[in-house]
Amino acid sequence: MKTHIEVREGGLSASEPDLWLRDQGRSGAVVMFSGQVRDEQGKVEALHLEHYPGMTESVLGTIVEQACSRWHLNGAWVAHRVGTIQAGEDIVQVAVSSAHRQAAFEACAFIMDLLKTRAPFWKKELIDGCWIWVEARESDDQAAASWLQDATGRAPR
Amino acid sequence: MMVQVRFFAALRERAGRDAIQIDLPEGVSTVAQLVDWLAETDVALAQALEATPRRMVAINEVLGNEDSVVEAGDVVALFPPVTGG
Repeated sequence: MKTHIEVREGGLSASEPDLWLRDQGRSGAVVMFSGQVRDEQGKVEALHLEHYPGMTESVLGTIVEQACSRWHLNGAWVAHRVGTIQAGEDIVQVAVSSAHRQAAFEACAFIMDLLKTRAPFWKKELIDGCWIWVEARESDDQAAASWLQDATGRAPR
Repeated sequence: MMVQVRFFAALRERAGRDAIQIDLPEGVSTVAQLVDWLAETDVALAQALEATPRRMVAINEVLGNEDSVVEAGDVVALFPPVTGG
């Protein structure tokens, strides 16, 4: 099992996790999620991301460890941008590899759902020349909670 | 006891500072008590906290809650709900 956790100011490229996760036939499945900056019908020009250096990496590491204890994974890559990001650019990448697709699909969704509600990032949107803090959504809390409620009744795959 | 309190995002902007060192009196031993004490002793922080009613807390970089115990030397971070991803 290998893991890559990174917070960076520069751009993200989909080929990076793809190449990094290749393991000469050990894994049969790679699932990657890319989160991109929506412009909300041309309203949002850019985002600015702030984080809590040190805690961010540690929380992401814990989330990946939890995913590894629930699913048999061969690799997990989490990269998140901070700083100013333009509409249309990638803001986050979560990619996992596993022998079979079900584990890879579920683990990727799990990592992303927990990242949204646990990892200390905050974003502002640039709208009409003003930076406005984005409010957290209750639906994100519910998505994360749904994984944790069934934690006891499920065997890892 | 001395603790460091850090603020992030909208709460940091409203507080006008990113960190403070404080000497907590006896009897202030949980996050909820710490927040109440900050609001009682610092008008600007009281306003910033009131303007940010939904908050999360981390103690020494681990998520906690308002009942978490605060000890000497701890770094307590207060911030609005996270919005990454």
